[in-house]
Amino acid sequence: MTKKKDAKKIIFQSEKDMPMMPMSLGSMLYNKTGAWRNIRPVVDLENCIQCGICWKFCPDMSIYIENEFPYVDYDFCKGCGICAEECPVKCIAMVEEVK
Amino acid sequence: MKLSLPEEELVGSGNLACQGCGATLAMRYVLKALGQRTVLCIPACCWSVIDGPFPYSCLGVPVYHCAFETAASTASGVKAGLEMVGDTETTVVAWGGDGGTFDIGIQALSGAAERNDDIIYVCYDNEAYMNTGIQRSSATPYGAWTTTTPVKHFKDRPKKDIDAIMAAHRIPYVATGSVAFPEDVYKKAKKAKDIKGTRFLHIFAPCPTGWKSRPEDSIKLARMVVQNSIFPLYEIENGEKYTLSIKVKDKKPIIDYLKLQGRFRHLTEDEIKLMQEEVDKNWERLLRKVESSG
Amino acid sequence: MKKVIMGNHALSYGAMLARSQVIAAYPITPQTQVVELLSEMCADKTLDARFIKVESEHSAMAACIGASITGARTFTATSSQGLALMHEMLHWASGGRLPVVMGDINRSMGPGWSIWTDQNDSLSQRDTGWMQYYCASNQEVVDTVIQAFKVSEQLAIPGMVVLDAFALSHTYEVVDIPDQAKVDEFLPPFKPQVKLTPDDPHAFGGLTSPEHYFELRYKLQKDMEKAPALIEETGREYEKLFGRYLGLVDDYLCEDAEIILVTSGTPGYTARGAVDDMRKSGIKAGNLRVKVFRPFPFEHIRRIVKNAKKVAVVDRNISYGHHGMFFQEVKSALYGHDNSLPVFGFIAGLGGRDIMPSSFREVVEIALAKDKPEEEIIWIGVKR
Repeated sequence: MTKKKDAKKIIFQSEKDMPMMPMSLGSMLYNKTGAWRNIRPVVDLENCIQCGICWKFCPDMSIYIENEFPYVDYDFCKGCGICAEECPVKCIAMVEEVK
Repeated sequence: MKLSLPEEELVGSGNLACQGCGATLAMRYVLKALGQRTVLCIPACCWSVIDGPFPYSCLGVPVYHCAFETAASTASGVKAGLEMVGDTETTVVAWGGDGGTFDIGIQALSGAAERNDDIIYVCYDNEAYMNTGIQRSSATPYGAWTTTTPVKHFKDRPKKDIDAIMAAHRIPYVATGSVAFPEDVYKKAKKAKDIKGTRFLHIFAPCPTGWKSRPEDSIKLARMVVQNSIFPLYEIENGEKYTLSIKVKDKKPIIDYLKLQGRFRHLTEDEIKLMQEEVDKNWERLLRKVESSG
Repeated sequence: MKKVIMGNHALSYGAMLARSQVIAAYPITPQTQVVELLSEMCADKTLDARFIKVESEHSAMAACIGASITGARTFTATSSQGLALMHEMLHWASGGRLPVVMGDINRSMGPGWSIWTDQNDSLSQRDTGWMQYYCASNQEVVDTVIQAFKVSEQLAIPGMVVLDAFALSHTYEVVDIPDQAKVDEFLPPFKPQVKLTPDDPHAFGGLTSPEHYFELRYKLQKDMEKAPALIEETGREYEKLFGRYLGLVDDYLCEDAEIILVTSGTPGYTARGAVDDMRKSGIKAGNLRVKVFRPFPFEHIRRIVKNAKKVAVVDRNISYGHHGMFFQEVKSALYGHDNSLPVFGFIAGLGGRDIMPSSFREVVEIALAKDKPEEEIIWIGVKR
């Protein structure tokens, strides 16, 4: 299942709104690192053997499993290419990002 | 579909790691094993930044960002504090890079280990001070380029054997791991979780930015480094019992590993030969330790 | 219960009565007795605390910080070189808003090695955001430590209780050791607003950009500004239970004084005796002993010296390239309020050189003989 949570950027209007010490108040999910990409992974589900290796090796937790198949979370995928490189049946292609 | 690791993530997306970062994977696998009832003490290192700036965090566990040399001493204090406020269950982890472990943090680490403080120290090793821009550490391997060991004077001292140093403290558990073998990292972290005393995990974490390698090669590099025995996977229990985690049969030559990284591009044939001999010697030494502790 | 104890042990008793929960300390002359007694107290369970025998002072403060963020009450003690080694971590404790309480035995900085007293070690840390209390008796030490915990925990600002090396740390005095039950009534268990726990996960101390850092430090200063009033309020609460009031200053015969000495630490007590003698010979002297240096007691000093004709500050410390540090700060307190009041700056007793009643006599005579202070430091007792 996707773990999409609605995370917002936190803005403080005054020091009164701020915690006393530097501490986190929210998650990094507001930061859509998908914008870093030049190339994006595209999974060919027909040839996918459902081994789970792409999910296992993603450093950005941007591959999630749904109905026993891997899907890319393009909001966060940084386009590192590890999934494509490690796929044992080479069913993930890295394609140019089109704006 | 059978996943080889629990599906729940305690490291979140949106983090500030580079593309292909091995350090993020190390955290991902270790936290899957240790679970949510964990606190992390993170000194200055890439993870100080990967976690995200104030007021955010990408982690599902509490973190205390601490001063550079203090990962182990802060963790010792956290453990004592938690026990005194009635929490004896939470696992306390010092989580640092090689710089903060091998160099500036080694005094605190040695102190904690000598006292056998009940903490897990995890060092993710990307073989240089990457957070400050790729300067050499004592974990930088012989032959590597870094900004402070430029090509004309590359690092000419061997990598410090931190695992032997930790074993010399006679702590209950020392283990090496590599992000290319997540199930092994997971198993070792789980094993460490149930041991009392100081436990040390040393995890090989490729850094495309600092090694001048392709981001997609990170897992491949972390795998090759085990297959060519540059970074063997093993455990040391109580400073004496050595157990290999993966029995490497046909040791691969190191040249293929070196070729994939810009930081080794300047090496001559002779230098590579020297490095191969060193790797072979270290491997033989380790095998002898494994045999004699058999 | 009255006992004859040394200053160092007064620190230990204070930490014990305050029910410190984690102590991380490293030995250094002349602090060793503090931690030795605490170690015994932990071993025989007089004190229910974890004692982490760290391998350096830097690690001591790091461990205290780690313990404090989990909600445990923490204490340590050090001196001189050890305090200097902790310097980085002092900033971490105050910026991290952790109420660590520490005993510092004022000892000179080497080289050459000196184990005797002066104030450079603690005053070198005056900018770190720690409160600083300067004691002149062992009774004051016990009372100050207990109150320091209460003030620190309310403000979330760490504090150090300072004693002179040997002159106080190793001097035996009669101390009325407060009753534990009454201390418990005065000082409830530490209950921080936030702490490090998986039940409520936060990341503390992360990368803070220029957009936020300024406000966080503004808050630290604003909270420190509440300290003088809080110290007095806490002092009055303590007085109700134990009959002794501390406050920020100890002013002696200042109301009608023509010349007021400003002192701190044990020389502050010596000065009282000197003032008595001077009064006998017709000099209307007074003594203002500063007990709390951080936060600096601006109002108290202005009020107490208001009617004097001259002020003579005696520093057992020096900021090289400038002057004694109490002198600097007293002058800054008076600037814009009473610019015409002459303030004379003296430096005495560095490296443990004795400060005697006659030293204060000399100070007063020099101040009385000059109309105006000069830029230069007036050195007392240097062989020239």
